[in-house]
Amino acid sequence: MALYSEKVMDHFKNPRNVGSIENADGVGQVGNAKCGDIMKMYLKIEDDTIVDVKFETFGCGSAIASSSMATELIMGKKLSDALALTNKAVVEALDGLPTHKIHCSVLAEEAIKSAVQDYYDKNGIEYDPELFKKGPSCEDHD
Amino acid sequence: MRKIYADNAATTKPSANVISVMLANMREFYGNPSSLHTVGQEAAEILEKAREEAAALIGAEAREITFTSGGSESDNQAIISAAKFGEKKGKRHIVSTAFEHHAVLHTLDQLKKEGFEITLVDVGESGIVDPKAIEDAIREDTALVSVMYANNEIGTVQPIKEIGQICREKKVIFHTDAVQAFGHIEIDVKRDNIDMLSLSAHKFHGPKGVGLLYAKRGIPLQNIIHGGAQERGKRAGTENLAGIVGMLQAMKDSAEKIDEHRDVLLPKRDRLIEGLSEIPHSSLNGDLEKRLPGNVSMCFEGIEGESLLLLLDDRGIEASSGSACTSGSLDPSHVLLAIGRIHEIAHGSLRLSIDESITDEDIEYMIKNIREVVEYLRSISPLWGEKVRGEREFIL
Repeated sequence: MALYSEKVMDHFKNPRNVGSIENADGVGQVGNAKCGDIMKMYLKIEDDTIVDVKFETFGCGSAIASSSMATELIMGKKLSDALALTNKAVVEALDGLPTHKIHCSVLAEEAIKSAVQDYYDKNGIEYDPELFKKGPSCEDHD
Repeated sequence: MRKIYADNAATTKPSANVISVMLANMREFYGNPSSLHTVGQEAAEILEKAREEAAALIGAEAREITFTSGGSESDNQAIISAAKFGEKKGKRHIVSTAFEHHAVLHTLDQLKKEGFEITLVDVGESGIVDPKAIEDAIREDTALVSVMYANNEIGTVQPIKEIGQICREKKVIFHTDAVQAFGHIEIDVKRDNIDMLSLSAHKFHGPKGVGLLYAKRGIPLQNIIHGGAQERGKRAGTENLAGIVGMLQAMKDSAEKIDEHRDVLLPKRDRLIEGLSEIPHSSLNGDLEKRLPGNVSMCFEGIEGESLLLLLDDRGIEASSGSACTSGSLDPSHVLLAIGRIHEIAHGSLRLSIDESITDEDIEYMIKNIREVVEYLRSISPLWGEKVRGEREFIL
């Protein structure tokens, strides 16, 4: 299919790090059923470093591929690096996404941030809430 | 790998018969039917003969047929013509349904901007229009009723004859978009009380880019395409003769084998519905009985349609979905929303539109593979996980 790059199709058909982590240190879920995509990220964190990450996604091919790619990009990284991951970096790593699918990469970025925020909340770590602001969802367009 | 084309409602494979008559036509009868010389007049003769034969196949007269570029153009011209005709008599109200094709709905949107009032009748959960609801919606100033013969997504077949009867009694022009129905259901414009009808050749093994509009004698057509005097001055542009003879061939072939194909398709369609309905938390869209012989439309809870389509394509199954992701818009199919599916469920839709070439093995292969792919996608879906754990209610 020409709709997606080979990389997107590879990550969609053979997603990396799919599944869940029991007793994860941070869990983040973004998106909603009405909009047609939900991403859930599970993080295992040791010494400020992501030692394991898993995802579950309800959504289109590019949503699954974006989640998979995002997990690869943050595996083994410091939390500060994971928080610096932008949706643009996910899109680039996937060799591009169609314009109307860019929001899938935004969800991936937000899912990671949401999981880190959950970890911070659980551990009483202070942070700047500005870092975790979310973009509009499909419902905001109505 | 097995390859199954199950998207015949989107388009069909042109038949060998169709391709051969089109090639022969292009080789020999390349003249312009408007030219006075021999090759031009030969083309004109073929054109008029095709018009007569096409008309006869739907119970119309040759002069009531206008060849167009397809279903969308026919729908546009039918609706605009009836609206303008009504407007001259002070009628500026149109009745249609919520699940028409966009060629109808968007034309109505345009007329609304021009001051027409539009009533879209509800189609209910079964996806069958209630003739009584049409009757109730008709007013003194109603210029047109437009109801599709069969729905393109959920395949439900409408009580066209009854609606036509009501329109006749109320003296309102009745148009039907028969793009999905022709070739699968016998259509006779007189028996069915139809005043205007749209057809598209590529939906029944004909070529793309050609269709026809039937307009009963006495209903003046409004030009959509201006220019030369082709098609009695109602549709400019040199006629697509190869396309027209291809369409005629496809019309003849499908009309001739309509019963045979239905007999082949019905048990296969029903087995497919039965097999897919065994998938937990799934549901058929639209009425089980009153549907096209090749249409299966399902919703599977907890998954999204585009990822389902891509994984099925990977297994050689070519299908379609009404999810928002496949349309490029934010909302899922208006048809599924019209029959009361909520967004979440409509995102998980799958349409399989099979043709007579399908085998029993293909059907079993589809059931097995769709079941596996749905199970896999559910296994990675956080939405499904929440439902299984009881954190969120099942809908289907």
